[in-house]
Amino acid sequence: MAILVDERTRVLVQGITGREGRARARLMREYGTKVVAGCTPGRGGESVDGTPVYDTVLEAVEASGGIDASVIFVPAPLVKDAALESIAAGIALTVLVGDRVPVWDVLEIARAAERAGVDFLGPNTLGVLSVGRGVLGMIGGRAESARSWFKPGGVGVASRSGGMTSSTGYYLSRAGIGLSTLVHVGGDGIVGLPLPVVVRRFEADSETRCIAIFGEIGGSQEERIAEMMASGEVTKPVVAFIGGRAATQGVRFSHAGAIVEGGRGTHAGKVAALREAGATVVDAFDELPGAVAKVLEG
Amino acid sequence: MARLTEFQGKQLLRGAGVAVPRGELARSAAEAAAAAGRLGACVVVKAQAWTTSRKAQGLVRFADSAVGAGDAAAAILAARADGFAVTEVLVEERVAIATERYAGIILDDRRRRPVLLVSARGGSGIEETAREHPESVAELPLDAVEGLPRHAARELWRRVGVHGEEQRNLAEACVRLAAVARAVEARAAEVNPLVFTGDGRAVALDCRITVDDAAVFRHPELGIDVARELGHPPTLLERIAWEVEKDDYRGTFYFLQMRDAVERGQRVVAFHGAGGGGSMMGMDALARHGFAVANFCDTSGNPPASKVYRAARILLSQPGVDGYFGTGSGVASQEQFHSARGLVKAFLEEPLAVPAVVRLGGNGEEKAIEILTGYTKALGVPVECYGKDTPVDACAARLAALVAAFTPPPPRPPRRGPGPVERPYTFSTPTGEITYDHAVCARCQSKACVAACVPQILALSDGVPVLKVTREDAARGRCTECLACEVDCAALGSEGGHVALEIAGLDEYRRARGLG
Repeated sequence: MAILVDERTRVLVQGITGREGRARARLMREYGTKVVAGCTPGRGGESVDGTPVYDTVLEAVEASGGIDASVIFVPAPLVKDAALESIAAGIALTVLVGDRVPVWDVLEIARAAERAGVDFLGPNTLGVLSVGRGVLGMIGGRAESARSWFKPGGVGVASRSGGMTSSTGYYLSRAGIGLSTLVHVGGDGIVGLPLPVVVRRFEADSETRCIAIFGEIGGSQEERIAEMMASGEVTKPVVAFIGGRAATQGVRFSHAGAIVEGGRGTHAGKVAALREAGATVVDAFDELPGAVAKVLEG
Repeated sequence: MARLTEFQGKQLLRGAGVAVPRGELARSAAEAAAAAGRLGACVVVKAQAWTTSRKAQGLVRFADSAVGAGDAAAAILAARADGFAVTEVLVEERVAIATERYAGIILDDRRRRPVLLVSARGGSGIEETAREHPESVAELPLDAVEGLPRHAARELWRRVGVHGEEQRNLAEACVRLAAVARAVEARAAEVNPLVFTGDGRAVALDCRITVDDAAVFRHPELGIDVARELGHPPTLLERIAWEVEKDDYRGTFYFLQMRDAVERGQRVVAFHGAGGGGSMMGMDALARHGFAVANFCDTSGNPPASKVYRAARILLSQPGVDGYFGTGSGVASQEQFHSARGLVKAFLEEPLAVPAVVRLGGNGEEKAIEILTGYTKALGVPVECYGKDTPVDACAARLAALVAAFTPPPPRPPRRGPGPVERPYTFSTPTGEITYDHAVCARCQSKACVAACVPQILALSDGVPVLKVTREDAARGRCTECLACEVDCAALGSEGGHVALEIAGLDEYRRARGLG
């Protein structure tokens, strides 16, 4: 099964005529993803490496016989408009790869998505990859790398760091542990599909047996996973590493930001909450594959 | 900096119709005394520094005369806030306070909405208040587009026990605070305390606004020159780094100084990360091996070699470090040889005089390792490079071993610039200029530049390299500043290629500190 993307997902690339869009569309196709259309306003009628380009998203949806996911490769200041267009067209999942998207733009995107009942991943995300089935975004960089780094199996990976999504997947695969789907939720403070939502999807996925998390200081995503484990909403084993133990001094939180989250966000707080809820939290990242192996055996 | 000073924040509030005390900025005791004279002698003098509990640190003082205000300002301007000098004070009229409340707009990552947070108990820290008097705190999620309805603000204040005229006035202030937060794209906008005065007005006595770094480009009116949330006023080196990053959207370069004034032997290293998560792991690993970092730095998101070069030059402009440590996630999607070339150019020019360990795992790592270790042999200091199968802790351990065994080489002059050029051939790149000495190129056996050029824009003409695209196209981005025509040429060819990449302000900065 896997989550969010598989070999049947029909994909639109917004910004396909740009340098990034063109290169990443190629990566996605080469990995086996069904890229069926592209969209760039004013460039309708062209084609990029054989993929037809449309002026509007809705036109792409109508002409291609349906779109399940759109991946947006446009500069940060233009992301909001592109995302609102994808959401307005009713596309179930929009992936916002762009970095430095203004946070109030993200709030508007979130508002529109909530009203339309659709999801978005990111912003500032490397994307999502279901091993051997499809990739949205740019995990792996090259299709051949993605094929050699990630082996299929039953561990779902969710991470707040893009690079560490690939690393976690690679080190698990190297230890002989296969993966279902790798998700980079995005590096920003406010994202469309945060770790707890991704964990819920993994919980519902018949193929995923164990969930590996790369968490970070700040925000409340890890604590919410702990809450879901404590309430019984998540029953699959969770193995986590939390980065940023030594970095706390250099990172400042908005005072009021901590209070709405109940004073959460510290490294120690996240580790304690997850352990109390029954998750395995490793102190060194290198210990993650061993801990996952142990959980899978048990 | 994306944090506004109290004075800036209050000006925004005043513009939106929220009452604030009359006040003036002062940079000296004399200016403060004069301001106090104009404001009516009975004033409060406040350091304009982003630090908590200013009162307890003596950074907020009261005065009853112009002379007293001058003395208060002198004391505050001589002090330091969190290790950084105070350069400005705000001199304000004193306000008769009836009650002290709190109001703040913050962004909630859980609901993905702005939230209005109020408390009947203002003055002290809001986290503390929430812990000790949870009944005095209430919150209301807002619609990001529609803002705060007046009736909802009144109802929120009622929930924390505020009634009557005060409720109506505080609610009005909150509606305007929410509008300001939206207008400047604040990540947080807090007024603490928001007071109700004896004469029935709601007045903002303090104001802290943090503007979203990513939105600063849309707000020239705020005059933010460094769009970075640093926690201290930007240092000179941070300003230089920001100038490199500001208009170059190819990948990300983030630089933050953690400590100034470092001396050899203190186990402080220059830190060059790639990606937020991998960087944090790298710093954790260094800490486990007894190192501290002089700075935080992140070059990621597929930056060109030129950006990595500039980052490395800035990192190496921190004297006193015992080593250079670079790491990312270990399994990067980006092609790592770009970073390798950027580092080689910086290391050779400096020249690097401390051990370096760099972990460049990911796409193209074999080539990256070959370039970084192979091309820096002449430096005579250890430069080690590792790929994805070497854990970050092992790299930190290698640095510890190299630093322990290290004897500094005799000082050598920096190696910058192409020297005298006999037959120059030059063209512009997006952020620099490339010069080939065709007299040297003609004699070169390898012509390594043509093969190594990543975007493949060079061709041989009469045995020397020339552009096969137009100069305009090269300057507009066909030249990706991969640096191969200098770095690979120096290692495999005849040193006929040079890429000049200016870093505004860096030479001056280094001269002032006695660096070459």
